[in-house]
Amino acid sequence: MKSFGIAFKNLTRKKIRNVLTIGGVAIAVAVLVSLLGFDAGYQQGLDNDIDKLGYHLLVTAKGCPYEAATLMLKGGGGLRYMDDAVYKRITSDPRIDKITPQLVSSVYNQEGPGGRGAFALYMGIEESYIELKPWSKFKSGGWFSGENVDEAIMGYEAAEVEQRSVGDKIFIPGVEKVLTVVGIFERTGTQDDGITFIPLASAQRIFDLPGKLTGIGIKLKDIRTIAQFEEDLYNEPGIQVVSLAQVRGTILNLVSSARAMASSVALIAIFIAVIGVTNTILMSVFERTREIGMMKALGASAVDIFKIIWMETILICVIGGMLGMALAFFGSHIVERIIRQALPYTPAGKLVFIKPELLFASFVATVIMGLVSGTYPALRASLMKPIEAIRSGE
Amino acid sequence: MKECIIKTEKLTKIYRLPAEEIRAVRDIDLEIYQGDFIAIMGPSGSGKTTLLDSLGCLTTISSGKLIVSGKDVSRAKESELVSVRRKFISFVFQDFLLIPSLTVLENVLLPLYFARLPQDRDKIVDILKKVGLGHRINHLPKQISGGEKQRVAIARALAISPKLLLADEPTGNLDTKYAQEIFDIFKKLNQEGLTIVVTTHNPNLGSQAKRIVYIQDGRIVSKAAPSC
Repeated sequence: MKSFGIAFKNLTRKKIRNVLTIGGVAIAVAVLVSLLGFDAGYQQGLDNDIDKLGYHLLVTAKGCPYEAATLMLKGGGGLRYMDDAVYKRITSDPRIDKITPQLVSSVYNQEGPGGRGAFALYMGIEESYIELKPWSKFKSGGWFSGENVDEAIMGYEAAEVEQRSVGDKIFIPGVEKVLTVVGIFERTGTQDDGITFIPLASAQRIFDLPGKLTGIGIKLKDIRTIAQFEEDLYNEPGIQVVSLAQVRGTILNLVSSARAMASSVALIAIFIAVIGVTNTILMSVFERTREIGMMKALGASAVDIFKIIWMETILICVIGGMLGMALAFFGSHIVERIIRQALPYTPAGKLVFIKPELLFASFVATVIMGLVSGTYPALRASLMKPIEAIRSGE
Repeated sequence: MKECIIKTEKLTKIYRLPAEEIRAVRDIDLEIYQGDFIAIMGPSGSGKTTLLDSLGCLTTISSGKLIVSGKDVSRAKESELVSVRRKFISFVFQDFLLIPSLTVLENVLLPLYFARLPQDRDKIVDILKKVGLGHRINHLPKQISGGEKQRVAIARALAISPKLLLADEPTGNLDTKYAQEIFDIFKKLNQEGLTIVVTTHNPNLGSQAKRIVYIQDGRIVSKAAPSC
């Protein structure tokens, strides 16, 4: 017989009550682990997306910086147009290593994948787009045959969803246009996978936006000149310059408010769980007052009683914590799905990263939770006077 | 000459309530020798249980002297009393107070854990056999009868090999047959040398002890005991 054994067996006495308390702890820990996992995963995914953008700056029409950030990463969002004269003006800047104009258009397709309506993204690009993204390789087919042809290159996922291969025709609803697929990219793990690319001139013609662009991607020769470059473009009318650092900051700012709310919910959940555990153990201590008196009469010291009650609390928290961690780990894809639906922009790849360090930290946190919530009931039990405890309720 | 295990001189226990003082026991002079089997008898509220609690170091006394195995513990703190209980004294309660989630064997092992003594399973099984529960060691308290529960409580009290066994109305919740069984066990243990003090209302059972101490209004009104 050890205090662990006594504590563990005590938990089997009020099964429903203890199971409910353990459930409360599990949910609180699952929320906390998912949130911390999301925090790590989102930042990593965002950094990854930004790295794979291939450019340092995006010039867009003036508007909401978040729209611009979304446009930069996702290729969609609030579509504002600028004249391609801007492109022609800045393209000769000697500080520019590579520059690529783009025109993004989203079209609602009522007969999307699975029979549900969905937005399809089309991006008009020039060959310079590929030069900025050397990791983009063709899975099959190749580049457009001309500058203003009715051809398309599909991202990996776009082709998968549409079940298209090179030589197939695709139909753009709304503008009633049929394009021939000439190439399909390999998977890049970025938003490009879901986009259908068409020649820039064709995009301007098909979507009736002659001389218009939604963005200009710029890679500088020397990243240290970025601040000055931005400053110089500041006076250009009707445009704004968004750097990747800004994009990261803007998106993280946006996410951070959601994160702050979710953190508060997680902390409240933990707080409620701690109170729940304290309440359960306190009730159990009161119910066992006479038993505690008996143990003291039979030689148990205050420390012995404290240890048993503390151990019970820690056990509840650790069992609940383990369940919560398992819940967060195996349910992470559900959380990902919910987050993707809730947020306007989410990076490609895994969103919730639950690393061993996070699980270890959560385990330590549940032990601390047990220590905190068990202190008062354990103290109450250990300070009981044997004879008063034994005679109570007689 | 037999060892004097407990000696009291003018032992008094007062409960101080907001409105009044209750002198539960007063001026008790009593000596308990090794091998004694004493029944404390008296009407309800006479102070039997308070006297037993005081003798068992379960509560501090208000005045007078309490000497256990030659050591004066009249003014001892709870931590010192715990140590005295662990070494010398064990208890049996009226309603058994077994832990329902532990098996019979585990319940009996409990005092050894608290006393930091080796948990000798064979020794405990022998004790359980002695009280007629060798076949019940892995049962839970809910799976055994009231008489058997009290025998488990006796085995638990014997686990630390105490010098003194104190039993507070041990047969109060049992029918006549089981009550006599419990007293038979006490008599057998006493013949083997264990000192036993038991409170009881039942004159038939009380008369089976070697000495009877009658108590009324917190005072001893009759006893038969040699002096230390």
